[in-house]
Amino acid sequence: MDKIFNLQQLINGIQLGSIYALIAIGYTLVYGIIRLVNFAHGDFYMLGAYAAYFTINFMLAQRQNPYIIFILLVSMLAGALVAFLSNRIAYRKLRYKPRLSALITAIGVSMFLEYFTSAIPAIGPSYRPFPQFISMVNYNIGTAYFTNYQIINVSISIVLMLILTYIIKYTRLGMAMRASAQDKDALRLMGIDLEKIIDITFIVGGALAGAAGLLSGLTYPRILPYMGIVPGLKAFIAAVLGGIGNIGGAVAGAFILGISEVFGYSINSIIGEGIAYAILILVLIFLPQGLFGKRTGEKV
Amino acid sequence: MKKILTKNRLFLIYSLLIYGLIQLLYSFSALNNYHMQIIEIALINIILATSLNIINGFTGQFSLGHGGFMAIGAYTAGVLTTLVWKVPQMQALPKFTLFILAVILGGVLAAIVGVLLGIPTLRLRGDYLAIVTLAFQEIVKVAINAIDAVGGPRGLLGIPRLSTFTLIFLFTLVSIFIMKNIIYSTIGRAMKSIREDEVASELVGVNTTKYKVMAFSVGAFFAGIAGALLVHLLQLAHPTMFSFTSPSIAGPLSLLTMVYIGGAGSLSGSIIAAVFLTVLSELLRLGIDSVNAMHILPFTVGPEWRMVVYAVLLVVVMLYRTEGIMGQREFKMLVPEEEEKNAAGGS
Repeated sequence: MDKIFNLQQLINGIQLGSIYALIAIGYTLVYGIIRLVNFAHGDFYMLGAYAAYFTINFMLAQRQNPYIIFILLVSMLAGALVAFLSNRIAYRKLRYKPRLSALITAIGVSMFLEYFTSAIPAIGPSYRPFPQFISMVNYNIGTAYFTNYQIINVSISIVLMLILTYIIKYTRLGMAMRASAQDKDALRLMGIDLEKIIDITFIVGGALAGAAGLLSGLTYPRILPYMGIVPGLKAFIAAVLGGIGNIGGAVAGAFILGISEVFGYSINSIIGEGIAYAILILVLIFLPQGLFGKRTGEKV
Repeated sequence: MKKILTKNRLFLIYSLLIYGLIQLLYSFSALNNYHMQIIEIALINIILATSLNIINGFTGQFSLGHGGFMAIGAYTAGVLTTLVWKVPQMQALPKFTLFILAVILGGVLAAIVGVLLGIPTLRLRGDYLAIVTLAFQEIVKVAINAIDAVGGPRGLLGIPRLSTFTLIFLFTLVSIFIMKNIIYSTIGRAMKSIREDEVASELVGVNTTKYKVMAFSVGAFFAGIAGALLVHLLQLAHPTMFSFTSPSIAGPLSLLTMVYIGGAGSLSGSIIAAVFLTVLSELLRLGIDSVNAMHILPFTVGPEWRMVVYAVLLVVVMLYRTEGIMGQREFKMLVPEEEEKNAAGGS
């Protein structure tokens, strides 16, 4: 037991959980407002990683020092831009169509982003090493160790989450976003442009996913056009786990999932892959609304 | 028997014609083995797309887990033909009898799993059901990876090539026949009522649980059969073939594309889309190869463009024709005659 449940796994789990959390927030925000499971969300994460990759390589080639904050902004911008465009081009027209067609479209957008990225000759369908532009430092606590990458990683995601919480809780924009999740007709009566709120939601979610892409590139330095699929699914599972539509729940679900997955991997590499799915099925069978979701009655 | 034959005259005549035509072209070498393989994959895709349509299109239960059922059928039959039925006592029976038995057992096992999956997840609706079925599919993949006896992550190798064109055609024919008869029966009507409004159909006395489980088991059964046929055609079963991320032409994503491009709620649509997308996929591959062979571009065109075209097709169809090619309409040959009269008189 001591070997499996140790501090090292917990640190790695928190690190993985913070990446899942950033992606899961985007899922939850979009789902909360337009009830769309945006399958392409994992690909915004992938695009964020590639944006960071090209920027860092370009800056290193120019003999400039790539500052982490600048790179972070670039990858957030890339994620936000693609999220905004995919909403405008693909999802907007389906707003008042059956919800299933929007879901299928999301699968289509996801396939498009993955395969189009891998079809571009400059990127290609194979793995690329992510540049390690900050020198790695190891710190020890007892038998466990962690790197400065993990500190950067977790602190950036916590800062981003705090900023998001501030926006959602204390600004007029956040108020409008919460209101649109509650009642869209009342929102229109208040003279707020719903489409604008949806655009902003996609931008915020995409930016967070893009940031997660950079963070994952830093810690797991191999990037691939298809890298977004599995973390995207896991993040969605995290969002469902916490009760989809609930931001705090998504973050909690992401950390639960990340930590249990790392523990699962330490027991057996194959079981670790399946553990997220098993947790999801168990939770949904017993708590169909997720851990922190509100139970809503079915309207006839 | 006679009644069945007269009732499904058109269906039988057309399928015999298609079968005869393909065999004739093959015997005159107008179709080579490569073409035959494409036709065979298209037929398997027809079974897969129509069976997924029973769950997604006719019952309205959005399932993403078809690959899981396929994998169960494929691995059951594959293990039976490669590992179990290699024992000498089994050699007395003819090879193809054993193969057909293996395929049907694969389907039955997939159907049982379909029931087992259906019962606990029926409380879930819409997106929640979708994600649970997706999780099921990935769990099947993980389980196969973990079992070393069936090859684990290496895949099951050495599967004999037992799927012949005639056999696949026969299975496809019987599958479509059974599914079409289910759809125009009481069961089918109940399924459609669940799709239109689950709560309302429960209120008028439809046992929604029963019919949802039934849809899952029927879909799973035929998915298992198709999976079994597929691995005996490709002579390989690999866990990633059945995962959500698989880009293969019979992968879960392609199947969803087929169902929704053809039209959810139309068997004819699924058939058209399965044939169309399988052929298109091969044409794109040939096109990409020939563009590369001409060396007119400064870089080589990757095989990924095939999937890009797929994705664009899916999005465009969803944006401009939400209900797919056929919507909920059917070919005449798939509709029983009295149904047709009802439709004509009723409207």
